[in-house]
Amino acid sequence: MSTAPPEVPEAPEVPEAPERRAGELSPRELGRWLWRQLTSMRTALILLLMLALAAVPGSVIPQEGVDSVKTARWQDAHPTLTPIYEKLSLFSVYDSPWFSAIYLLLMVSLVGCIIPRTFVYLRAIRAAPPAAPRNLGRLPDHTSYETDESAGDVLERARAALKERGYRLRPDDGGDAVSAERGYLREVGNLIFHLSVVVVLVAFAMGGLFGFRGGAIIVQGTTFTNTLTQYDDFEPGQLFSAGRMDPFTFSFDDFDVEWQNTPRRGVLARAFKAGLTYRESPDAPEKTYDLRVNHPLSVGDTDVFLIGHGYAPMITVKDGNGQEVFSGPVPFLPQDPTFLSFGVLKVPDSPTGEIGLEGLFYPTFQLVDGNPVTIYPNDANPLISMQVYTGDLGLETSAQSVYDLDKTNAEQLLTAEGKPLRLDLELGESATLPDGLGTVTFDGVRPWTRIQFSQTPGKEAALVGVVLALVGLLGSLFIRPRRVWVRARREGGVTMVEVAALDRSGGGDVVPVLEELVDGLRTDAPTSKARDAREDEGRTDT
Amino acid sequence: MTNSAWETLSDQAVAVAGVVYFLALLAHLVEWASLREVAPASVAAAGGAAGGEVGTGAVAVDTGPDRTAERARRVALFGRLGLLLTGLACAVHFVALLGRGLAADPNRVPWGNMYEFTVSGTFVVTLMYLVLHRRFALAWMAPIVTGFVLTTLMIAVIWLHSEVTPLTEALNSYWLVIHVVSAVIATGAFTLGGILSAAYLVKDRRGEATSGPLARVPSLPTLDRISYRIHAFAFPVWTFAVLITGPIWAHEAWSSYWNWDPKEVWAFITWVVYAAYLHARSTAGWKGRNAAILALVGVATLWFNFVGINFFSTTTQHGYAESAPAFVEPGER
Repeated sequence: MSTAPPEVPEAPEVPEAPERRAGELSPRELGRWLWRQLTSMRTALILLLMLALAAVPGSVIPQEGVDSVKTARWQDAHPTLTPIYEKLSLFSVYDSPWFSAIYLLLMVSLVGCIIPRTFVYLRAIRAAPPAAPRNLGRLPDHTSYETDESAGDVLERARAALKERGYRLRPDDGGDAVSAERGYLREVGNLIFHLSVVVVLVAFAMGGLFGFRGGAIIVQGTTFTNTLTQYDDFEPGQLFSAGRMDPFTFSFDDFDVEWQNTPRRGVLARAFKAGLTYRESPDAPEKTYDLRVNHPLSVGDTDVFLIGHGYAPMITVKDGNGQEVFSGPVPFLPQDPTFLSFGVLKVPDSPTGEIGLEGLFYPTFQLVDGNPVTIYPNDANPLISMQVYTGDLGLETSAQSVYDLDKTNAEQLLTAEGKPLRLDLELGESATLPDGLGTVTFDGVRPWTRIQFSQTPGKEAALVGVVLALVGLLGSLFIRPRRVWVRARREGGVTMVEVAALDRSGGGDVVPVLEELVDGLRTDAPTSKARDAREDEGRTDT
Repeated sequence: MTNSAWETLSDQAVAVAGVVYFLALLAHLVEWASLREVAPASVAAAGGAAGGEVGTGAVAVDTGPDRTAERARRVALFGRLGLLLTGLACAVHFVALLGRGLAADPNRVPWGNMYEFTVSGTFVVTLMYLVLHRRFALAWMAPIVTGFVLTTLMIAVIWLHSEVTPLTEALNSYWLVIHVVSAVIATGAFTLGGILSAAYLVKDRRGEATSGPLARVPSLPTLDRISYRIHAFAFPVWTFAVLITGPIWAHEAWSSYWNWDPKEVWAFITWVVYAAYLHARSTAGWKGRNAAILALVGVATLWFNFVGINFFSTTTQHGYAESAPAFVEPGER
């Protein structure tokens, strides 16, 4: 990246402005100064570290985009902090203005670094290695030896040897020395890395702006049409338009779950899959797909993921007149790996009074020491255990979660002894509610799956970008640019050969390179002088 | 062999490996204790030899009385013994991992929970130490590495140990092998780099010693260079683990390639810190002290992510500290 040179105040471009004071900048100069500051490497590094620092609060405070339920719970528990945090966008750090500001500044800074640097590089890539310095002995890594060969022969062999090792030679080196350089691609790697980072940042922003994420609980035997109304939760990007929804439909036909008996932890659900029949559009042919965790289905631009599963008891409610007011599956939420599940059923349209049921579902019910438990997570002996509410359940007035019963104005039904009434229904059983409210029947159990949908435009670009970044990174870390010079001079009957190498990457060790080259060049036995020179200089680090 | 027999074998192998690491540590401590008594002049020579690229405990003592020679012989002997024991412990450590993998039904890679990840990670630290021992003349690191591995293994056995369980559905993917292997390798390498950087800072503060343990630690420029090389190796591996395989797997399993999960956030923070380290070294010419401090910050974020996030974060989906149940909390309707 470009380093900002110390800013020299430029000569005023409008000399007839007499009231300018020293250090005052015209808007254009100020702009240029700001640009130089922003695109300096120092700023880029600081921005990078700031981005890391700014990401920290999001890992400590629950994030709406990550876990809305936990966030709401946290907000309830901290009434004082919540408004302050909300002002600072601390519940959605990664969409917040200040996080975006760092992100955008970093991107501008990167682009500002890369563009000028690319031009510099394009000139440098064609450049020949620089001519040999006058005194090679001044370089930190050098060695020398004497030989009886002619200087021309030595240089000729040095050229061949360096070429063979992939060095570029200085063409007009007619004199007494050979200049060579290698590792030109390091800079290419460096540029590819930085460009790819920009690509990744742009692709990531695209995914956030134009994509969406949503989920739905779908009970076996039902059909899902990809429209907004069918989603339980839906988080669109700021620039998402409903016109981008793919017009697919699918039916959830069958569900398979493999239960595994483990020695110490009892039965656990291992593999589960949902058999889907889907059409990519209303006129497309029907296809089938077994949806599994880690094996999403792609329809058009949308990816469909299986996330979890649970049980939906089939419940029928009749009112006091014997009219059916509700019949169907009610998804219950598993509370732990035993699949003990919690659920709520609200029946607002009952003419003989609103009915609300709240309680637990036991897949394999058993009384152990008088306590109701489920001993297996599979539905071998299903039982629902519900408490009943009536009165004003707030169903008309407020929008609320289907897993939450508003009991503020409701009244709980009691038994004759005045205890809360609990309906414990086994499969096929029915119970009559007091006060002529009607009956509740437990008809059956159906599995449900939680399915997640997402569109992430630019995900391929992000992947390509990050892979290229890695390739560029490897190039910039492991390609070692270095220069080698060989000088041979005839002095007093012998040829004096000096070889020097310069590592340009910082952190490279050129001593072995030098040794290997000299060993290749020298055909005679080493003279004592050469040995001395190498021992003096050989252990220099870096 | 039955699954539970494999599991028992694995547990026993961890215990045996711990004992052998302890013996190796003792051998190295004897080696170092013997070294302390050597006359200063000879120690300087020994320090010079260790700073170069000479094998274990090759202490060149050419002058001095017989007693000194005898001690030098003892230093070399216990150095070799320690290395041998470390190699043996590493082999037993591998058996522990193998048993852990074969104990699961179906067989799987042995890094499905935090205990297994810790055992695998320490194995990588030992293995890398042994592999790089000759190349970078790491003999001086012996007590630190054996001590670190022994302590971490003890922590794993005492606090993290859990029984072999099948993988949860989301973990059951071949990406577990690719993603976690690269993360473990990078973690092991960054840890070694961190030890080097810490040694650099200690030596930088104390100055070049002519006697005592510090004299065996290589010269500052050598430490700096080895540390840079290890970081330069670990960083691309970390990039691969965190920014390539992680997002691909997250997309397959959780429907979004980047979820701002706390573990992802901290992995990204670690990445940024090490990126800044490499960048500062290559362009700003930050060597030595500042670079070493930055590398230690990197290691701190790395280990906080591994330990801290698992125990303190409530929202992470990487919660393999206890085995995650296979249920979901759907959003509000």
